[in-house]
Amino acid sequence: MMHKEAAWSLMNLFFIIPACAGLLAYSWAVYKTNRVHRLRKWPVYRTFLWFAGIFCCLAALVGPLAVLSRHSFTWHMAGHLLLGMLGPLLLVLAAPMTLLLRSLNVNRARRISKLLSSQVARFYTHPVTASLLNIGGLWILYTTGLFQAMHTSLLLHTIVHMHVFTAGYLFTISIINIDPVAHRYSFRFRTAVFILALAGHGILSKYLYAYPPVGVEIEDVRLGAMLMYYGGDAVDLVLIIILFHQWYRKSRRRTVYATLTEH
Amino acid sequence: MKTDSKHLQQLKNRELHYKKNLWSGILFGLGFVAFIDETIFHQLLHWHKFYDKSTIAVGLVSDGLFHAFSWFATVGALYLVADLRRLNAFWHKVWWGGKLIGGGAFQLYDGTIQHKVMRIHQIRYHVDIVPYDVVWNVTAIIMIVAGTLLIRNAKQNQRMVKGTVLYDA
Repeated sequence: MMHKEAAWSLMNLFFIIPACAGLLAYSWAVYKTNRVHRLRKWPVYRTFLWFAGIFCCLAALVGPLAVLSRHSFTWHMAGHLLLGMLGPLLLVLAAPMTLLLRSLNVNRARRISKLLSSQVARFYTHPVTASLLNIGGLWILYTTGLFQAMHTSLLLHTIVHMHVFTAGYLFTISIINIDPVAHRYSFRFRTAVFILALAGHGILSKYLYAYPPVGVEIEDVRLGAMLMYYGGDAVDLVLIIILFHQWYRKSRRRTVYATLTEH
Repeated sequence: MKTDSKHLQQLKNRELHYKKNLWSGILFGLGFVAFIDETIFHQLLHWHKFYDKSTIAVGLVSDGLFHAFSWFATVGALYLVADLRRLNAFWHKVWWGGKLIGGGAFQLYDGTIQHKVMRIHQIRYHVDIVPYDVVWNVTAIIMIVAGTLLIRNAKQNQRMVKGTVLYDA
């Protein structure tokens, strides 16, 4: 028993080290890019968003919330909202890839952007792939025995959490283009995919409310399912506003261009 | 003279973007009614249930799709309004007409198909449900009729005002 507990707490380091590395790397890149005078200063709010995003994700993985979430479905769901939705959204808004490309020299930046436009990157950042990984992953997690298994196996526990975060991040970048992406899909297409993904999330919440996973108390599941439904709505509302705001700004450029060419 | 030409331009813009005005209104109406449904009947009154045991599977899907769509409709419709104002083409009456039609149509769908056929939930529990259903669906029909009349009226107005402006100019 002691041995097992030790393994779980050792796992914390597995999450804390990359989080600290992320904070340091971002800060270093901001420092470096701000020394180049020909470039615009890197906005302070993006640095703030990066720190907030890392803390959101880390809060779900280590510390009191992580301990609670192993025993209560509602807390587990709160953790997932932070790790799979709010955290990734904050991190995406911090535009890490843009910052990275700015702070590298031209040759290295070229190599990175080549990597970003590779077939593999294109596949994983496609809105449909990212939505299936994100929402499909959740359906598999909660409607099979995986949910129960992840609380006993440390390996599964870690893999599930890494998947939730990665899928959440990929989904966010596939819907809103803040950083450079391999291919920009039309607003209409992204909106259609996003509606289906949000519907899939909502349907799963109500499905969980109706058919709780094995081994969880019914009241706990119901509260957790409602948190998933409304919490998901709240975070996705921010995403929806950003998506439409980007459309609004882009269509202004189009109108201005049309009037300019008329004369 | 100058105000007249400006006015005429606005009338032209409105006509050019008639469909955008109408659809923006319809989408906003749909989202607005869904929002009222959620805040008043689910959250404040606690009349509607989050989930009803008699819901059929397709009801869960329909509810999920409409719920998701309503968020996009509300936000998207408001950005369309901003776009129409930027183009100097916003047409209040058509927009409100669209809003009534969209809201009424969603309420009618919710009150008949979703409540009665798919049984996602009833308006209220432990009461005689008939008067509630009647008020709900009749309100929806009134909204649709009022919206249609408002749009017809807006088009008549447009023709009349355009005639006057053209004549004066």
